[in-house]
Amino acid sequence: MLFGMPLLSLVIWLPIFFGVAVLVTGDRNAFAARWLALIGAGLGFLAAIPLYTQFNLVSPGMQFVELAPWIETFKINYHLGVDGISVLFILLTSFTTVLVVIAGWKVIEVNVAQYMAAFLIMSGLMIGVFAALDAILFYVFWEAMLIPMFIAIGVWGGVRRVYASIKFFLYTLLGSLLMLVAFIYLYLKTGHFEILKYHELSLSLKEQVLIFLAFFTAFAVKVPMWPVHTWLPDAHVEAPTGGSVVLAAIMLKLGAYGFLRFSLPIAPDGSHFLSGFMITLSLIAVVYIGLVALVQTDMKKLIAYSSISHMGFVTLGFFIFNAIGMEGALVQMISHGFISGALFLCVGVMYDRVHSRNISDYGGVANKMPMFAAFFVLFAMANAGLPATSGFVGEFMVIMGAIKVNFWYAFLAATTLIFGAAYTLWMVKRVVFGAVGNDHVEHMQDISSREFLVLALLAVAVLAMGIYPKPFTEVMHVSVNNLLAHVALSKCGACAW
Amino acid sequence: MNFLLTDLLPVLPEVFVLTMACTILLLDLFLADDLRYISYGLSLLTLVGAAVITVATFNTMPVLAFSNLFVDDTFSDLLKLMLYLAVAVVLIYSRSYIQTRELYRGEFFVLVLFALLGMMVMVSASHFLTLYLGLELLSLSLYALVALQRDSRNATEAAMKYFVLGALASGMLLYGMSMIYGATGNLELAKVAATIPSLDHLDTVLVFGLVFVVAGLAFKLGVVPFHMWIPDVYHGAPTAVTLFIGSAPKIAAFAFVMRLLVDGLGGLVSDWQPMLVLMAMLSMAIGNIAAIAQTNLKRMLAYSTISHMGFLLLGFLAGSENGYSSAMFYVLVYVLMSLGSFGMILLLSRAGFEADQLDDFKGLNRRSPWYAFMMLLLMVSMAGIPPTVGFFAKLSVLQAALQAGYLWLVVFAVLMSVIGAFYYLRIVKLMYFDEPTDTAQIASHADMRVLLSVNGLAVLALGILPQPLMALCSHAIKQML
Repeated sequence: MLFGMPLLSLVIWLPIFFGVAVLVTGDRNAFAARWLALIGAGLGFLAAIPLYTQFNLVSPGMQFVELAPWIETFKINYHLGVDGISVLFILLTSFTTVLVVIAGWKVIEVNVAQYMAAFLIMSGLMIGVFAALDAILFYVFWEAMLIPMFIAIGVWGGVRRVYASIKFFLYTLLGSLLMLVAFIYLYLKTGHFEILKYHELSLSLKEQVLIFLAFFTAFAVKVPMWPVHTWLPDAHVEAPTGGSVVLAAIMLKLGAYGFLRFSLPIAPDGSHFLSGFMITLSLIAVVYIGLVALVQTDMKKLIAYSSISHMGFVTLGFFIFNAIGMEGALVQMISHGFISGALFLCVGVMYDRVHSRNISDYGGVANKMPMFAAFFVLFAMANAGLPATSGFVGEFMVIMGAIKVNFWYAFLAATTLIFGAAYTLWMVKRVVFGAVGNDHVEHMQDISSREFLVLALLAVAVLAMGIYPKPFTEVMHVSVNNLLAHVALSKCGACAW
Repeated sequence: MNFLLTDLLPVLPEVFVLTMACTILLLDLFLADDLRYISYGLSLLTLVGAAVITVATFNTMPVLAFSNLFVDDTFSDLLKLMLYLAVAVVLIYSRSYIQTRELYRGEFFVLVLFALLGMMVMVSASHFLTLYLGLELLSLSLYALVALQRDSRNATEAAMKYFVLGALASGMLLYGMSMIYGATGNLELAKVAATIPSLDHLDTVLVFGLVFVVAGLAFKLGVVPFHMWIPDVYHGAPTAVTLFIGSAPKIAAFAFVMRLLVDGLGGLVSDWQPMLVLMAMLSMAIGNIAAIAQTNLKRMLAYSTISHMGFLLLGFLAGSENGYSSAMFYVLVYVLMSLGSFGMILLLSRAGFEADQLDDFKGLNRRSPWYAFMMLLLMVSMAGIPPTVGFFAKLSVLQAALQAGYLWLVVFAVLMSVIGAFYYLRIVKLMYFDEPTDTAQIASHADMRVLLSVNGLAVLALGILPQPLMALCSHAIKQML
């Protein structure tokens, strides 16, 4: 509780409330809209901080719980709560929202109020996804956030924005609707929509596998896992910088979070049954998508493929079923949130000056933008998994976890250290170093104090997490062990098909 | 048949509407063109008066009247109130449209009120003949309304098609009813229902009759393969009339199905269930796929209606109290969304400009961010995406169908609604992503603007708090069964 307000509701509804207020301010008063958005995002982040400071590190259960009946006819509750797995993502979301608002400050010139409002409302909805403990409440947040993102890509996006936005929407919708069918099935079986009680529900193996697959369509599309990843490069490339940042930093994490909150605990035997399938898809993402990233000529597309490859690590970490792998995957999720967000912001900085995302349109940027080049190189190194950056911690832990299960899993996963370094550093070499490539680069101005602030905040986060990850891992430790213990128990006795 | 004075109490709303319709018909003859607002105002007053009477004569227990021809129960009272509301919204939305198209005449109001009377009779019928009577009163008024714009070729063609196909469907319905009468020896719904268990449920005459009845119902609902009239009539009729056809009569059709299939022929559920399954699947598939190809918004919404009626059938075919109340919720929500969507077309139209092409919505966000947002809410709700009420409507029918064991049907419905999402999103795309081609100011009466905003926001508000409406629906159904 904060000043008598339920904390989680506050963190969810504050940005949404400010988003609506910004919308009402209207596009004519861009100045007021920007400041109001910044205040809303800032307050949202401040409100989220007590979630971390007052978090009980030894309790495996849900904390900051709020429960009120919502739709009695279907026994749907307004039920919120966080554990060690979800709390960090709420902080990440509200932190990223502040950055997105600042990053869009000058760049967005048309419909400023609508842009800011879309991201504020989206932020509240995404936090809602992480905090919801009722399946329908979860679903409402999960789907509702598609609308502002759809509009953000379509209105402020690049040339092929219409194609990308509709593809993004329909892909995600198709997956989610099958998840909805699974929810209804569980509701008819139990008579409620309580996620935590579903965890205790005993189900036959066949049911578990079907439920797992229904959830899989929703979450795999969101992660995205190979082969349902094709919407992501399109959406990333066409989205405005803020959209790319939110997509990479948070939306992809929602899918991975879904595996932890739904698939693993509700269908543990199904998860074990299909773990080979999941690991295979994850390794294909890591290796094959890594190679695909190598040949990209568009910077945003390269980072998008790199995201898919890194998310392959996350799903790999989940389905090897040991503590170090799963914690590594969670660290990787947070770290990737910082790094990919930062890289998209860097590309945004260059795009604002030259209006091109092609690697070949740059060259020797370091000569003209030394300060920017320093940040860009740092984030690139982190993306490649350099020790002392956050990118290293997660990958290393997942590889450690994988080697306990099977040497070849670890071997294939470890190739990313080579491919990741290859595609990232090669891009950096072509863009940042060398002689000044052309007239456009010649006229580039180094970053403004506003851009510096955004990148510096992210740089601090990346380094802090790389050098001293304990504040992050200690929060999730108890919850991860609890989840693993739960997943190890069979729900169906002999488990005949 | 004895006439009792107490019989008049349950039919008081109907008597009132009939009296007022006749009064307006006569009065309008003596009104000059600039005094036409009197007819308009009186029509609205009629609706308010009928609502007051319906509430005042509310009974917690069902009351039968006129030798069991007519029933007044919570179900009918609730639906009648919704009908008044829908018709009032139709009148207010239509005013500026009909004023600029020489339709602002007494006939329009009188026909709408007669159609309303027909719907009220359908909602309260407890006898095959009353049902049929109400249906014909509604249909004949609608045929005339579609043809009201005499110089329009499209409207005349639509009216012609509507009339021919409608008459055919009524014939089939009547034929089916006569066969059921032959098999059961009764025309009263309760007695038919009581006789059916004693008959073989494969009795040829009975099942044959059922098939014809279902075909007639399917025509009135507009589900595949009896949907042919919908796109042409929606497209050809003046938008104000399309708005009317697309809203209140859906409530009446819902009541019609409830009375006939559930109240009367509930014993044959295992016979009509597979028919509804087939029609639901075809409607969802054909409605959604054909809607993609449309460039005219009225036509697109017509195909979208077909798919929505397919979803509505999911609730019926569950054959349970849960299913019927979810179907009722669905139809009320659908009417709300339909009123809003056609209302938006009326809002953008002006003299000599129909605004019924998809491209007319291009860049609406530039012209009027507020109404673009309202349309966004309506389209998102039609697509069944939270936090709008359309999602909860879909959720409730899907869970009813799944409860009845139709897993594959539910998965099919879900896949079809992804296809549906595409064309609703296209409207959003046109409004938000494209540049406007039409830059005229949006001119319409203030009452319409306010009401349309309320309508749009209601879609959101009911999506956040759907409980009261859901509870109302399940209460009404519980009492009826």
